[in-house]
Amino acid sequence: MPKTMLTVATRKGTFVLESDDRRDWTLRGPYCEGWPVYHAIYDPTTGDIYAAAASEWHGSAVWRSADLGETWEMSSEGLTYGDEDGRKISKVSTLARAGDRLLVGVEAPGIFESRDNGKNWSLLSTLSGQHGSEAWDDPANQPPGHLGISNFVTEPDDSENFFAVVQGVGAFETEDGGSSWTPRNKGLRRDWPADYDDVGFCVHKLVRSSDPQRMYQQNHVGMHRSDDAGKSWTEITEGLPGDFGFAAAVHPHDTETFYVIPVDGGHDRTMHDGKATVWRTRDAGSSWQPQRTGLPQENARIGVLRQGMTTDTHDVPGVYFGTSTGQVFASGDEGQTWTEIANYLPSISSVDVAVLD
Amino acid sequence: MADVRLPGTLTPLFPGLPRRLEVEAPTVLAAIDSLEQQWPGLRDRLVAEGPTLRSHIHAYVDGERAGLETPVAERSRLDVIAAISGG
Repeated sequence: MPKTMLTVATRKGTFVLESDDRRDWTLRGPYCEGWPVYHAIYDPTTGDIYAAAASEWHGSAVWRSADLGETWEMSSEGLTYGDEDGRKISKVSTLARAGDRLLVGVEAPGIFESRDNGKNWSLLSTLSGQHGSEAWDDPANQPPGHLGISNFVTEPDDSENFFAVVQGVGAFETEDGGSSWTPRNKGLRRDWPADYDDVGFCVHKLVRSSDPQRMYQQNHVGMHRSDDAGKSWTEITEGLPGDFGFAAAVHPHDTETFYVIPVDGGHDRTMHDGKATVWRTRDAGSSWQPQRTGLPQENARIGVLRQGMTTDTHDVPGVYFGTSTGQVFASGDEGQTWTEIANYLPSISSVDVAVLD
Repeated sequence: MADVRLPGTLTPLFPGLPRRLEVEAPTVLAAIDSLEQQWPGLRDRLVAEGPTLRSHIHAYVDGERAGLETPVAERSRLDVIAAISGG
């Protein structure tokens, strides 16, 4: 079996977990000098690991390792709105590869790109002119967490077509590499008044299945599915213990199978009833089944953030999630059974996985 | 030459950067820009858009709280501090 590698972003640096059999795992780290890391990814195009980090003292930067975490360098060259703009970058929140672009989402909401593997950055888009953009640059209007651009959906070989999520506003799609954007929020539920029909939705996590027409999203008030590449959405919350959650992941080979981790939507934001549970659908959200075998079922007051769950690409895929209390859980059988593979890590922001040939 | 002291959180980011070094510059910002020449990227670790000192970075010239435009004299001591913050 090829090596499986998890890249784990935490409140105190990046860690790497590796296994040759998905049973025995070794842990390396912390990397990135213990900076708070909001998202770390393995980039299959370059073989690099990238980590979006923001130090309370030293600001935001993207860290890069070209040797699977052994050595690191960091850069924020060009990662600024400039002295005259008035907007400031408080955080780099999320990363994605889109063709020859490496994208990073920042707050105040904006997307920067690098064409040289993270050494130099330039502003790609602020989505200016979109409904809501007149307000979202004001820090007072930012939702808690201050993520700005909180999530991308990209294809590694497509630099023109991708999605970006503005936290607390909604999802947008570009088909021309970020020059123009279209809101993709039609059919989403919201339980609050809004100034516009097409924005004002709190999209937590947007993911695309192996069929690009089939997408899923967990948002502030429910699970939703799209069968037309995000152009319209249908709610599929029924059968879940609640409508709120952050983490969501797709099965890599089966477009009907999808995973979510509902959490309490109030201040608690941990899994329901203290029972750690991943919910899986095998029929695109018509029904949901709780997956609990091997997960703690008493007093498990643990949360999982929006980038905190992922799936690998083995024939029988693995599912992984990292928690707000520093555990990483893994399933090597599509979520049926689970094992704790790391503990006592700092609070986890993201988990990404790669299968290395 | 001013006697410049840098925070311990900064030096691991830039190979060869010492905690203490001498710089000839008329202001705090000029001193930081001088260091930027030798260690590219250092300015952005201390200075935010504006430009202003980052919110949890403090500078002192001869023991007095300083801003980026504060003058630095020939024999000044410039302390750059990572303020107590975070958790």
